[in-house]
Amino acid sequence: MSKTQPSPLVVCRNLCKAYGTKTILQDINLEIPRGKIIGLLGRNGAGKSTLIKILNDLITPTNGEATIDGGPIGIHSKQIISYLPERTYLDKTMTVAQTIKYFYEFYDNFDPAKAKRLVHELNLDLNAKISKMSKGMQEKLQLILVMSRNAELYILDEPLGGIDPATRDYILDTILSNFNDNASILISTHLIADIERILDEVIFIDQGKIILIDNADNLRAKHHTSIDEVFRQTFKANVNR
Amino acid sequence: MIDFNFDSNRPIYIQLIEQLELQIISGKIPPGERLPSVRDFALQAKVNPNTMQRALAELEELKLVYTERTNGKFVTQDTELLNQYRTHFATIKIKKFLDEMSELGIESKTIVKLLKTKGGNQ
Repeated sequence: MSKTQPSPLVVCRNLCKAYGTKTILQDINLEIPRGKIIGLLGRNGAGKSTLIKILNDLITPTNGEATIDGGPIGIHSKQIISYLPERTYLDKTMTVAQTIKYFYEFYDNFDPAKAKRLVHELNLDLNAKISKMSKGMQEKLQLILVMSRNAELYILDEPLGGIDPATRDYILDTILSNFNDNASILISTHLIADIERILDEVIFIDQGKIILIDNADNLRAKHHTSIDEVFRQTFKANVNR
Repeated sequence: MIDFNFDSNRPIYIQLIEQLELQIISGKIPPGERLPSVRDFALQAKVNPNTMQRALAELEELKLVYTERTNGKFVTQDTELLNQYRTHFATIKIKKFLDEMSELGIESKTIVKLLKTKGGNQ
């Protein structure tokens, strides 16, 4: 964890995104260092997914720039980022085993043995057809596939949404035990209470702007309460303004 | 295996320090015991490795834990120091107990008597 400090994994400078006159992201400045788990927290429509889509080269910013591992977003950044999108993109006609094989052929850094081990640990069936699996099971599979790549940055957009509370802890353990010192994880979620114990740092985003970046424990110390509660209080105040 | 428990209203690394401190001072993690790697320890506690690292660094400051360069982290073998910590914590708890007794309006003489009879039975 305390090896030499290379350049930050992600740097955003004055990043803006607008559709016509509607501003979605405004002057986003942030750095994501290596070896951290960072929560990207905001209400619905705050701009979380837009920021994530820019980092994954799915949309281009209107202004400003983002660099990944010191370079522009593109072929290299896609190789080192493992991305869990909000919506499932799995081919429902395939089985779990076929999907794993497909990922193995598609990504150089995909570890099929790890994927199979996680499938087993999370009680999924290698021979099950995806169309026959529940939404929660599909989300588990998708997270397994994402975490089975030896990436440098994992970007998880709402990874717990359809997963029942009893399984969430197990998912968090899976995330914790599968990230290495040199990699970082950016997790966007509104289920803060479930996830806050594993976070190093939090980014609060609202109405397209970053309103706070801080270490999770420092925030708890400063406000004498949980991140979840700090979040609620922050946004209650914002509505009243 | 240590049973960790966290209250999300307080910094996790502080709670880790408190809980590990207690384990060490009480001897539940014995003197000289080798601690798991930061990573494994973090997984046991279900916390972020950086948070565990921060707590262990602080325990090292307190001299309750030391690092052997290539071997990892160990619990101190300084029994004198452990005794000091034990006495320190006992003093704090006794003071709190005495404050509570005085709030109840119980005199020291009665406290001693109660301790001898009731306390002795448990």
